Amino acid sequence: MAFLEIKNLSRSFGGLRAVENVSFNVEKGLIKAVIGPNGAGKTTLFNLVAGALEPHSGDVIFKGRSIYGLPTHRIAWRGISRTYQNIKLFNDMTVLENIMVGRHRKSRAGFLRAMVPLPGTRREERESAEKAAGFASLLGLSDVLDARAGGLDFGRQRAVEFARALASEPELLLLDEPAAGLNIHETLELADLIRKIRDMGITVLLIEHDMSLVMDISDEIAVLSYGVKIAEGPPKDIQKNPEVISVYLGDDNA
Amino acid sequence: MSPDNIVQYLISGITAGSIYAIVAIGFNIIYNTTGIINFAQGEFLMLGGMISITLAQFMPLPAAILAAVIITAGVGFLIELVFIRWIDSPSVLRMIIITIGLSIVIREAALHIWDEKVRALPYFTGNEITSIEILGARFSPQVLWVLGTCAIIVIILNIFYYYTLTGKSMRACAANRTAASLCGINIKNMVSLSFTLSAAIGALAGCVISPITQTQYDCGATLAIKGFTAAIFGGLGSSTGAIVAGLLIGVIEAASISIIPLAYKDAITLTLLLGILFFRPGGIFGSREAAALKEY
Amino acid sequence: MKISSHLPVALLGAIVVLFQVLMSATGTDYLLIQLTMSAYYALVVLGLCLLMGYAGQISMGHAAFFALGGYTAAVLSTNNLTQLFSAGVLEWLVQKGLIILSTDAYGAAAYRAPAWLSLGTAVLITVAVSFAIGIPVLRLKGHYLAMATLGFGTILYRIFLGTRIFGEADGISAVRPCEILPGLFVGGDPSQRVFNYYFAWILLIGALVLLLNLVRSRVGRALRAIHGSEEAAGAMGIDTARYKLNIFVISAVFAALGGYFMTHFNGGIGPSEAGIMKSVRYVAIVAVGGMANLWGCLLMGVVLNFLSLRGYFGSYDDAVFGALLIIIMALAPEGIFRKESISRIKELTRRLSWPFWK
Repeated sequence: MAFLEIKNLSRSFGGLRAVENVSFNVEKGLIKAVIGPNGAGKTTLFNLVAGALEPHSGDVIFKGRSIYGLPTHRIAWRGISRTYQNIKLFNDMTVLENIMVGRHRKSRAGFLRAMVPLPGTRREERESAEKAAGFASLLGLSDVLDARAGGLDFGRQRAVEFARALASEPELLLLDEPAAGLNIHETLELADLIRKIRDMGITVLLIEHDMSLVMDISDEIAVLSYGVKIAEGPPKDIQKNPEVISVYLGDDNA
Repeated sequence: MSPDNIVQYLISGITAGSIYAIVAIGFNIIYNTTGIINFAQGEFLMLGGMISITLAQFMPLPAAILAAVIITAGVGFLIELVFIRWIDSPSVLRMIIITIGLSIVIREAALHIWDEKVRALPYFTGNEITSIEILGARFSPQVLWVLGTCAIIVIILNIFYYYTLTGKSMRACAANRTAASLCGINIKNMVSLSFTLSAAIGALAGCVISPITQTQYDCGATLAIKGFTAAIFGGLGSSTGAIVAGLLIGVIEAASISIIPLAYKDAITLTLLLGILFFRPGGIFGSREAAALKEY
Repeated sequence: MKISSHLPVALLGAIVVLFQVLMSATGTDYLLIQLTMSAYYALVVLGLCLLMGYAGQISMGHAAFFALGGYTAAVLSTNNLTQLFSAGVLEWLVQKGLIILSTDAYGAAAYRAPAWLSLGTAVLITVAVSFAIGIPVLRLKGHYLAMATLGFGTILYRIFLGTRIFGEADGISAVRPCEILPGLFVGGDPSQRVFNYYFAWILLIGALVLLLNLVRSRVGRALRAIHGSEEAAGAMGIDTARYKLNIFVISAVFAALGGYFMTHFNGGIGPSEAGIMKSVRYVAIVAVGGMANLWGCLLMGVVLNFLSLRGYFGSYDDAVFGALLIIIMALAPEGIFRKESISRIKELTRRLSWPFWK
């Protein structure tokens, strides 16, 4: 049984079939990438897995249990965390607070305990802050802990989003075009970071445009075109696959 | 209910409903160009009614109404110029609060300019006791004025939107602001125009209903809520939807009076509003998914 | 809680005591009446501040919850409560001690529920109503949420206005005081004025401390996260619907408590307390106080209500709050207690006055 199984997933918008009968597995501890040209259905697929879209047909099975159609917060509680292509931070909160929100799953205080904090609650709060600061330092954010997240530059905001996602100590991390808007140097750093995340034992599923990044870090790649999976395999095979080449470069070059 | 009663309820429902439809169209005009719900829309009707009542003492009725429409349109233009125009990318919450504040200030200003007395324009033709018979039910001819005016407003608006360049530009703004701006349409001016137009239409509606429903400084809020219900019911932004929904709400309301106490009459519309918001936020003609996409 | 939050609360407590001592000493203790009422209104503002400022959910119907608490207090502390039950049931309740039967000054029968029961009922009704309203309403956003809460507030207003047991347009008067401790009453009796002042302020400061703790906790962060991005908050495991509902209910209970004690203190309540204008006023105060700023909201809640109750705004009372809304939202949407807002106002005045002093 695979760690994450995507089974016959289909989703259409009106008459448009964005994803059609896509199946693949993600093995534990690996980096899997989904690539494809614009409009291939990558984002739709991703949102279906993350619970951000109402499902149509198919199934998504995580650690043997279906997560398909669950609300996003329940998917998060199963141990899945994500980042967004257009960064979604809590702009008016500080960097530390943003990362502490990532600790939501790892702490317990409810409304009553929050209003009347007993020593246990305060201890939990302190631990939460310490752990969050730890993840901040991992991403090189130690010097901006108290800065307003919305006021940071783009690169730093992306780092905060990663720290927030990691702070929930997920088993599976979903990365939505993490290299979008980064320069070559930053992309290389990102590659190191993603590998580091995998080495922490976190499985990574990412969708990405940047071919060099994907070929560099992925253990396995699935290729989508017009909502259909046209190839799957290790980067070396994908690079040689004639169908993938024709999709990316146009039929004339095939 | 006897057949006579049914006609009676139907026609009084359609009369009230056509006003709700006009208020809803006022909401839509501004919503389409700006994405703002103007909570002060009802105050335009009140202003139109109040100003025309005052002016009618000095000049013939048609002139007073025309002047009231022009003055209210001016108020609408000024509101946009002073409070809306210079705020860049405002949050929805902020715009809601600003237009609510405007509605209160206009209402309170009206209270101090006039007073809390209930006023009314004279009947356009005949007087309070003049009546005409339709299918066995008796009505004031003012009902025909209301229906006629509403019909004319809708027809003229459609001609404006579909056959004039300015109207087409406004539709372009509604469809896609960025693209419209790239095509050389001055969006800010379109927004000004939408406020002016919306105020003018509101004022005219406020004049024609004044003889029937009478006008008071605080009559705007109720009209606004009912107009909003019609706008949502018909699908925010859709004129046809607004008309159908407005008439429907008017008739439902008129029919409800025969069943439940008059004191709860407004509660019926509001319950309807809540029901629509919960179950069909896209309106009767809209799809749920589309409504979810543009919830702001 | 850190020292940094103990100190201001202690300071506030000291100021509250100082006011009472000064006013009693100078014979201006009639001002305590308005300060007591301001505290009850500020309680509504604090709850709304949490809902609007922190969780980002607008409510244009909060006055209805205030009135719900108030009317529950009024019905259960006057003979109106006899309309609720048949004669037999009433007698049974009196026997069980759930309703107290006494005689008034003229020897007529006077019924009231004991304080604990009527307060409990007020809270339970508010929780039930806000829960039932909150589940569907909080699914909505933006304009829809504003209109839906406005609509629900207006429905309650109409019900209070049109129902006999609520006294219709006249409201309910001659509400009996509420006995908090033996010999100490929340009510209008001048001899209880100082007690009422302290009671209201202890309630308010207590609420402030609870909410200050809340906003600095895991829950507070979750609420602000929902405000920032509901989608991302959900992806972090926050059950956004449940959090929004909980905070809606909590803020409704705060409003109901304010209304409950205010009604006993004033000895009556009328339908205008549930009206749109009151709801707008609470929203305006939260906006002026700085949205996500409990201290600012508390300060403005007390100051603006005090000025209004003392009649400083004259017949422009509602207009003042309307104008405040526009000015604050146009110039300083983060409230006036922020650096950005102050610099924006400075910048604007500089630009406006530029032609004159150049």
